Amino acid sequence: MADHAHAASPALQVQFDTAEQQKDASTLGMWVFLITEVMFFGGMFLAYIVYRAAYPDIFALASSSLNVYIGAANTAVLLCSSFTMVLGVRAAQLGQKKALAINIVLTMLLGFVFLGVKAFEWREKFIEHHVPGPSFHFAGAAMQGPAQLFFSLYFAMTGLHALHMVIGAGIMTWLLINSIRGKYSAEYMTPVDIGGLYWHFVDIIWIFLFPLFYLIDRHLK
Amino acid sequence: MTQHIDSVKTYAVIWITLLVLTVVTTLVAFVDLGPFSVVVALTIAVVKMMLVALFFMHLRHSGKLTQLAMAGTVLWLGIMVAFTFADVATRGWMGVPGR
Repeated sequence: MADHAHAASPALQVQFDTAEQQKDASTLGMWVFLITEVMFFGGMFLAYIVYRAAYPDIFALASSSLNVYIGAANTAVLLCSSFTMVLGVRAAQLGQKKALAINIVLTMLLGFVFLGVKAFEWREKFIEHHVPGPSFHFAGAAMQGPAQLFFSLYFAMTGLHALHMVIGAGIMTWLLINSIRGKYSAEYMTPVDIGGLYWHFVDIIWIFLFPLFYLIDRHLK
Repeated sequence: MTQHIDSVKTYAVIWITLLVLTVVTTLVAFVDLGPFSVVVALTIAVVKMMLVALFFMHLRHSGKLTQLAMAGTVLWLGIMVAFTFADVATRGWMGVPGR
């Protein structure tokens, strides 16, 4: 892309007049994508709310079987990763290439810690027979169906969130490679900015998953 | 667009606040507040979301168009929630079999 008319700024694509316009377009495009993601996760949150309203007692029991301390610790891990991400974006804005690379690596590592803890939690569910399927059994529930429904929603929602984390780790890898190659500068760091928006969005989804699955019925136990 | 670069201190304050809110929401969950347990948990979640969006996602420095898009999200999500509950909450009213 180096040989088009915008020789002054090599990262500027031909369809844009200024770097500022290009960046605004990219940012808006990312936000629009995130809106579709809000609607996507919104549908699942709605399903959860509807069935929780239908079977409040069994959902409360099932929810209390999740480990709240692990959930809270994992929330903290994810918030820390958002902090390192935003420091990475800041480093990119200032053109500090080394700080950018370090913060991307830290963000990725914290993301993997989150996924590792999640994998540990899921493993526990398999051992306890709390995974929906033929061997499902939830002791103490009057009806197995609604209990199974709770864990179906739990696995679907935390699973899709984890998938977003894996994609996020992929984006971080790509940003890291490009930042080491020196593609980003104070003048051009839009991919870092937009990757950051994605990472923070995934964090926000967890901010809602945590209270809904782990917290709201805790006092009933 | 004039680029706003926030200080590390600003981000650190937001980060610490988010961690404190996580501890608070976890501890409050063990207190029986009746129906307000849900309200408190979701209010804290919304506050955390706003902190992440406004500061970490730079929404407070973003252009009007981006902010309008965000307001649109709230609107469309609201429509989805309202219509779903208009269905689910009123299904029993007519005594239709098989609901």
